[in-house]
Amino acid sequence: MPRRDVMHGSRAVAEAVRLCDVKVVAAYPITPQTHIVEDIAEMLANGEFDAEYIMVESEHSAMSACIGASATGARTFTATASQGLALMHEVLWIASGMRLPIVMVNANRALSAPINIWNDQSDSIAERDSGWVQIYVETAQEALDSVIQAYRIAEHEDVLLPVMVCMDGFVLTHTVEPVEVPDKEQVAEYLPELRLPHVLDPEKPVTMGALGDPNYYMECRKQQEIAMEHALRHAEQADEEFRGIFGRGYGLFEEYNMQDAEVVLVTMGSVAGTVKETIDMLGADVGLLRLRLFRPFPKEAVRRALSEAKVVNVIEKDVSVGFGEGALMTELKSVLYGSDVRVLGTVAGLGGRDITTEHVRQAIERAERALRGEKVEEVAWAGLKEEAL
Amino acid sequence: MKVNIAACITEPGSSERNKTGGWRVFKPVVNNERCIDCGSCWIFCPEACISRKEGGEYQVDLDYCKGCGICANECPTEAIEMVLEEK
Repeated sequence: MPRRDVMHGSRAVAEAVRLCDVKVVAAYPITPQTHIVEDIAEMLANGEFDAEYIMVESEHSAMSACIGASATGARTFTATASQGLALMHEVLWIASGMRLPIVMVNANRALSAPINIWNDQSDSIAERDSGWVQIYVETAQEALDSVIQAYRIAEHEDVLLPVMVCMDGFVLTHTVEPVEVPDKEQVAEYLPELRLPHVLDPEKPVTMGALGDPNYYMECRKQQEIAMEHALRHAEQADEEFRGIFGRGYGLFEEYNMQDAEVVLVTMGSVAGTVKETIDMLGADVGLLRLRLFRPFPKEAVRRALSEAKVVNVIEKDVSVGFGEGALMTELKSVLYGSDVRVLGTVAGLGGRDITTEHVRQAIERAERALRGEKVEEVAWAGLKEEAL
Repeated sequence: MKVNIAACITEPGSSERNKTGGWRVFKPVVNNERCIDCGSCWIFCPEACISRKEGGEYQVDLDYCKGCGICANECPTEAIEMVLEEK
């Protein structure tokens, strides 16, 4: 029977790792992710499930150990945040290039300097080209469910790509929410045993991660791109089947109040809750598109979903310094190229700055002014202390 | 030829197909008159592409020699000269 409980988002992730019968966990603690690997260690010590737990000296080593473990055909998990993810950077490309279905939770946190342990999404967005599938979640429940779905997507024979589940640090990791913990048998039914086309096995030796000279390298990259196309389809299917078994699903993105909305806010992660709250509070005729799957980017579906929109305002917790806007805004403009939709941007919540309903209201107001043909700022920084600059 | 997923190599010996001799700029030329059959070139060659013929003559497998020049550098009698490869 599924168990209803209240728990931290971090605990919900640890429960998912237990339910997925992960065989190897290699991790290094970093705020705000530490709860996750601590809870997994506690579960293992209590005999709640059986896995090899490798304590490593850095996140670079954590991902390297996951690669070795995954190459033997073991289901593998790690979690990190911010500087830890940045330290993993080169190894992330090796995991995806070697097509290993590792699942990692990134507890989104700002990058130094100045040192800051609070939430924004610059860390994982900076890894958007690393060949990892990226899912951004809104709630603890969605974090738990997405980890289970992540293995299903990653391990599909047409995909075989690592998946990063991104959850907002503190906002989700350290907040207690009601969570339904699925039944282990049901998860086993949903998640077949991992079978890789090639594994490290002394009985049948193979070489993995060898030289790919100019004769082969481009084909390997193209194979990854093809795998991402499959991932798009399988992410949708994995979610539909998840809904069939567990009664919950999320889609590739969530649409809220989109019916006939000319103004649409686009965002990722937990701030969607504040956006919905604001839309309801104002009774505004404004839609929300909460993107869940950032890589592969569901371009066609997003284009269709925004086909009736006139002005879009992207609220995002990242900025591409030197380009003057967040990466999601840039990408959305690319996706909507050739359409008449006007795309505005709102940089918000960097380094854990609270995003309030007032900030969301201002984002809506700016979009509505643009809709009326008034001149507005392309990109605004919500809650910025101008006097402190 | 189809590339395996992640370029995984499933058969042994595939590195032989990569003829690294094409990377070479200088090729070693052995003067067997000066050679004292010490075997240093054979020992030091990082690609194991120097072989010793019956009677002590040394020859280089130019399919794999990258022209690094270690053999010439190690040869105590300067019996190996690195010569610019020209077409």
